[in-house]
Amino acid sequence: MPEETMHPQIDRRNFLNWFLGTTAGAFAVAILYPLSRYLIPPKVEESTAKTVTLSVKPADIKVNSGEIFRFGSQPAILVRTPGNELKAYSAVCTHLSCIVQYRSDVSHIWCACHNGHYDLNGKNILGPPPKPLEEYVVNVKGDQIVVSKSA
Amino acid sequence: METPGEKHGKVWLWLDERVGLKDLDKLAKKKQVPLQRYTLWYYFGGMTLFLFTVQVITGILLLLYYRPSSGEAYESVQFLMTEVQFGWLVRSIHAWSANLMIFTLFVHLFSTLMLKAYRRPREVTWLSGMALMALTLTFGFTGYLLPWNKLAFFATSVGTEIPGILPIVGSFMRRLLRGGDEVTGATLTRFYGIHVAVLPALVTALIGLHLFFVQKHGMSVPPSIAAKDTAPRTMPFFPNFLLRDAVGWLCALAVLASLAAFYPAELGEKADPFQPAPIGIKPEWYFMFMFQTLKLLPSYILGIEGELVGILAFGAGGLFLALIPFLDRASARGERSQLFVWLGCAIILYMLVLTYLGYTMSATK
Repeated sequence: MPEETMHPQIDRRNFLNWFLGTTAGAFAVAILYPLSRYLIPPKVEESTAKTVTLSVKPADIKVNSGEIFRFGSQPAILVRTPGNELKAYSAVCTHLSCIVQYRSDVSHIWCACHNGHYDLNGKNILGPPPKPLEEYVVNVKGDQIVVSKSA
Repeated sequence: METPGEKHGKVWLWLDERVGLKDLDKLAKKKQVPLQRYTLWYYFGGMTLFLFTVQVITGILLLLYYRPSSGEAYESVQFLMTEVQFGWLVRSIHAWSANLMIFTLFVHLFSTLMLKAYRRPREVTWLSGMALMALTLTFGFTGYLLPWNKLAFFATSVGTEIPGILPIVGSFMRRLLRGGDEVTGATLTRFYGIHVAVLPALVTALIGLHLFFVQKHGMSVPPSIAAKDTAPRTMPFFPNFLLRDAVGWLCALAVLASLAAFYPAELGEKADPFQPAPIGIKPEWYFMFMFQTLKLLPSYILGIEGELVGILAFGAGGLFLALIPFLDRASARGERSQLFVWLGCAIILYMLVLTYLGYTMSATK
């Protein structure tokens, strides 16, 4: 008999605990959800440019030199190799995303941050970079340089 | 025992009744500092705290002129350095004090490690100290970006790329830190908010906790001294030790002022996301050993990307350091444990050698 009279009380305690617990939980979620969504930055429309016409003229790029240009929202590098060939790569180092530069003393594309070297085919040859640079297609049309993403 | 009325005036008694001055008085009289060969190392925690207060004061002053946006940050710091009277001094003291604070924090950490002050019952004190170190390094990292110059831009770019390497959560973490996919003005406002609001609040609360633990347990006496038959002599904390502390702080202030006057903080060139990383780019000295390690690691180690291995190793190293009080069982029992002294030496040596290499190895080879 005493057991039966105790049960309703325990149930009531449990019910109240459950009720308080879920209320506290819901309260926490109601604060934490908007907070976490607020902290995640919204997606910004990314430039989907597939080709870009450079402001620089072909004659302005000397043999064995390179120049950074904008490809959409990303930096890219245009190189005229010692063999007088124009090449373009993404300028974002595949190691830790610094911006690379052309080094005429060794004819490499080079990243100053952690001393990463790429050859003139964009291949990672020395230092920490794990992958080659993304290559773009360079077309010279008269006085204009047009760089496009390879399909 | 004398009655308070004989010694104290009416104001004191009035205040005592309301705020409990008597308890504070008792506390100040009770606290003793052991005098032994290593007493010198007790001063570095207080020194770090002093430099933190310098940071708070100069930081508030910098806030009066600084503008947190990619269009205005560099210019506002330039204005501060060239037009505002003593602007150069305030910024230079802030920059130098940050460096000195991290230095004294490292000294405090390694002296605590070498003298086994982390052993029972001070494990949680050690953990709160480790958390303070992590927050202090975050202070340095976030503050470095705020002038929005080239070096800062690339340092932040690399620094925020590092969590991006982690599998699964990496790209999310990077976006969260940068406030977008790249380091932009959105990153600057994020770092600004963290640097001037979030971190000061957290650090202040943690320092309170850290000091409470120190107060609760008193100063630790190294095992070699504690093992002697006679307990070391002591010195009252108030005013004897505190006055010695104050002398140290005045010296630190003098060093700060000279450094700021003779080597004012530089500004460099404004950040440009479409310029190559400058040759000879390097992080602040306290990140140098990690930076140099990443530079020396090959691109692949056992089929895993080199930097991932490096970063996981540093993560494991940090975790190991935090858990030392729980791993060093001999010290916990009050026995001497040379192993952990040697491990401490090894960590210090590694940091010193890699930092040395970072400053001496040719940037272009």
